[in-house]
Amino acid sequence: MGLLSKKDTKLITDPLADNNPITIQVLGICSALAITAELKASLVMGIAVLFVLGVGNVVISLMRNIIPSKIRIIVQLIVVATLVIIVDQVLKAYQYELSKTLAVFVGLIITNCIIMGRFEAFALGNGPWKSFLDGIGNALGYAVILLIVGFFRELLGSGTLFGVPVLGDPIEKTGVYSIGYENNGFMLMPPMALIVVGLIIWVQRSRNKALIED
Amino acid sequence: MEHLELFFKSIFIDNMVFSVFLGMCSYLAVSKKVATAVGLGAAVIFVLAITVPLNWLLDQYLLQPGALSWLGAEYADYDLSFLSFIMFIATIATMVQLVEIVVEKFSPSLYNSLGIFLPLIAVNCAILGGSLFMQSREIETLGLALNYGISSGIGWFLAILAIAAIREKIRYSNVPAPLRGLGITFIITGLMGIGFLSFGGMLTGGEEETKEEKTVEVIKTETEKDKELANNTKIVK
Repeated sequence: MGLLSKKDTKLITDPLADNNPITIQVLGICSALAITAELKASLVMGIAVLFVLGVGNVVISLMRNIIPSKIRIIVQLIVVATLVIIVDQVLKAYQYELSKTLAVFVGLIITNCIIMGRFEAFALGNGPWKSFLDGIGNALGYAVILLIVGFFRELLGSGTLFGVPVLGDPIEKTGVYSIGYENNGFMLMPPMALIVVGLIIWVQRSRNKALIED
Repeated sequence: MEHLELFFKSIFIDNMVFSVFLGMCSYLAVSKKVATAVGLGAAVIFVLAITVPLNWLLDQYLLQPGALSWLGAEYADYDLSFLSFIMFIATIATMVQLVEIVVEKFSPSLYNSLGIFLPLIAVNCAILGGSLFMQSREIETLGLALNYGISSGIGWFLAILAIAAIREKIRYSNVPAPLRGLGITFIITGLMGIGFLSFGGMLTGGEEETKEEKTVEVIKTETEKDKELANNTKIVK
């Protein structure tokens, strides 16, 4: 770890668990839940946010001394919107099917509270390298939750992972289906995402008592 | 009829919170008290009613493929739709600022009650989501766009009002310590979302067979919910 000092490493690892943007800071839930019915969509969303947050944090941090504080929200929105347009165009060019599934949720990265929250709380007060690490860390924390939720919803809901059947064939009755297992289609419904996140919070707070709210 | 259908559809079936999770951040952060929840909900209806029709006009006369044909035939094959994110968010940010100034000038009492919520709203996903869904669902007339803005605002308002009321009550219940606060709010929202799924069959006339299975599950979970409510009230007493 010659490149990263201890403090810098903390910037990346903290958001992964004890300061997770979704389960602790309660940011960015909006887009986190709607697209987690499939693992692949979750992964792409995670990468998109990683790009936008990493680059955006650096840009804002470089401009932090010349942005007038009164119009900073609009400046931030324009920076994010530009980055999101890039992501959207790339997705449309290389992953057209997926960009159809994600539909408006790519656009909604603009108003993802994680991004505005990190710009306000970190990038406006710190140098570019630190801001970059902070952006990467928080985006990874976001992606981890997305992947966990996506994993359970896709596995229990349609018996596949990344679209590959892992539990056997439900029609031919092979694998676990031969002993009477059924896919729980309800996991694919939007409300189940909320309940899965609720359970993740439960597990996390049972393991770390310091996080419990009164 | 078209208006009525869109109105009920956007309030109940495509509810902003329960079916697409828009505006969850402020939904979770500002739902601790009913009074503040009402303030934010009203502000959301207000801003959606202004920005959705405005963005509809932008989309129709500037951004869509072929939208520029009113400038002359040589502009007819321009497609500026890749600019829609940046145009929409700029409209929303400026409109919110403008609304704030106008309301402050002409109705100080309304300004005091909406007050701090108005600037927050510029970054509320429900607002941008309203405009993006308006675009992707290809809403046809300006009147329908206005209707869509207002009714999805009302849907969001209902959702935050309901969760705020439940959270005020749940303080008296014995929730497991790690679930307290955020965790239980997520799970309650999930259960409410399952309840709202039952509206899904409302406008289809029950033609689709799959809907029937869904309603059975919903009824089951609703009776479970009733049981939970009964337990809660016991504890309260």
